[in-house]
Amino acid sequence: MADLDVPQSKSRDLDKLLLRPGNLVGPDFDPGTELRDDMREYVRILVVGAGGLGCELLKDLALSGFSNLDVIDMDRIEVTNLNRQFLFRLEDVGKPKAEVAAKRVMERVSGVKIVPHFSRIEDKEIEFYNDFSIIALGLDSIEARRYINGVACGFLEYDEDDTPRRETMKPMVDGGTEGFKGHARVIVPGVTPCFECTIWLFPPQVKFPLCTLAETPRNAAHCIEYAHLIKWPEVHGGKSFDPDEPEHMKWVYDEAIKRAELFGIPGVTYSLTQGVVKNIIPAIASTNAIISAACTLETLKIVSGCSKTLANYLTYNGGEGLHTKVTEFVRDKECLVCGPGILIELDTSITLQKFIEMLEEHPKLLLSKASVKHGKNSLYMQAPPVLEEMHRPNLSKPLYDLMGRVQKDTIHVFGTALKNEEKQSSLTKLRVVFKGADGVADMDTAIGA
Amino acid sequence: MIGLFKVKEKQREQAQNATRGGASVKKQSAGELRLHKDISELNLPSSCSISFPNGKDDLMNFEVSIKPDDGYYHNGTFVFTFQVSPVYPHEAPKVKCKTKVYHPNIDLEGNVCLNILREDWKPVLNINTVIYGLFHLFTEPNSEDPLNHEAAAVLRDNPKLFETNVRRAMTGGYVGQTFFPRCI
Repeated sequence: MADLDVPQSKSRDLDKLLLRPGNLVGPDFDPGTELRDDMREYVRILVVGAGGLGCELLKDLALSGFSNLDVIDMDRIEVTNLNRQFLFRLEDVGKPKAEVAAKRVMERVSGVKIVPHFSRIEDKEIEFYNDFSIIALGLDSIEARRYINGVACGFLEYDEDDTPRRETMKPMVDGGTEGFKGHARVIVPGVTPCFECTIWLFPPQVKFPLCTLAETPRNAAHCIEYAHLIKWPEVHGGKSFDPDEPEHMKWVYDEAIKRAELFGIPGVTYSLTQGVVKNIIPAIASTNAIISAACTLETLKIVSGCSKTLANYLTYNGGEGLHTKVTEFVRDKECLVCGPGILIELDTSITLQKFIEMLEEHPKLLLSKASVKHGKNSLYMQAPPVLEEMHRPNLSKPLYDLMGRVQKDTIHVFGTALKNEEKQSSLTKLRVVFKGADGVADMDTAIGA
Repeated sequence: MIGLFKVKEKQREQAQNATRGGASVKKQSAGELRLHKDISELNLPSSCSISFPNGKDDLMNFEVSIKPDDGYYHNGTFVFTFQVSPVYPHEAPKVKCKTKVYHPNIDLEGNVCLNILREDWKPVLNINTVIYGLFHLFTEPNSEDPLNHEAAAVLRDNPKLFETNVRRAMTGGYVGQTFFPRCI
């Protein structure tokens, strides 16, 4: 062995990427031990989800030179997880996934510190997410992805000339798998399309007509959905169906069997019942490993610049042979979540009423009959009449107060806009900045007096 | 990118020592935005009205009241509950009929068989189209896609009897073994 006198470094493979220059490196790449050590010390990654993808991500990230990881997951371990969520064992069933996953990886990889969070992503303060350099997603629903995307893009700020400010960009690496298929994508708010920009990619969900379920079932799935959607509420009234409760699932299965027998339909099994009710597609360990590896590699590249980043959506299909493709999707400039919107500077004294009137004259908007929404708060609704009445008291209040007295924030306005001399329904994002919010205006009046 | 992280780390330490003021990031919800827009653009006929039992701070749950001015269900008042999910408009709103009604396409539990609520929902549809769809159920009940098998059979085979049954149900009374509270 030629290099006996060189100590075998644990980060030998990583060093090959970080310690030397190359032809495929990113624009700001600065090779050297400082890069490797800074990564270890300063970079914090959040892994969202400690399931199929989450376990793989934690392992991959820990072995790729990242020492400060956090993982968040609201679920507990179930027996069916064990075929692929390899950090868990039979005796762990019932324990929180995040905690066991963190513990196991820390046992195997020296020097890594993983903080588990056994909670829902919505229960964390928004600022919690701002502490991380990159957020890696191993989620299983559109809803959860939409939420995190909203949070991460919420940190994005723009300059006066509508350029996104680099230091406010919170990159996300999002992975997803389903059987033999998977995807990995890079989302850099302000640069690449965000989750909302491309939400139209999703096909509509498969839903059976209720009358088919009630009158003319033709296959096993119809029988199962009948039991789930029609029979359950009929028999159990107010009690809502919990797919994670084995007794509830068994009840639905038994009813589905009865229905199937009535109509002479074969094929109802307990596992099909679970699949139809929970929309589950059987998960495969290798798909998770492949997608997680892609995500980890992207995380490494974004942080270090050691190679050009994926641009920006990779799809993988291993069902028949192996197929993978990278597509570069473009941003939606009008995206309500990550777009710049229109910058509006206001005085702190302006009332909501005056603001709404102002929108009509604003050259970039020409918005009449405007309704205003600030985050989760609806400030004013032009219609229907019952809502308009509920919101009317807000009209005389200063917008600055209604928005919580912050110096700047995002709001959304919708109404009828004049575009190309045609009246169109419009929904726009506005970046509102209040002048005189720091008390400068008061100083002026004081000097004047 | 890594230069930024070191700078950010130092800033974070400084900020933790100072008092933190300034803009707090509010939770956004693109689904709610689209819903608010749809609601502000509602163009309802006079026979339909909307109410918000949870006030203006919860527009995801509301009720729509329909009073058909024509057809078998003339002058009855039927209330529907709407529950809009966070992934709207990717998912259709969940609609149930709160009023017990004798109708071929609405069962006794309040489930409504309307194609755009399930298999034909598209994100380009909105609350207005759903309400119009519901209204249509009363002006043109359909015996071909029944949720209430008996009602559908009567409508198909004996429209005069159907008319009588509907009237009896709306004024409060029995149709077969089932009692319908008054809704007219």
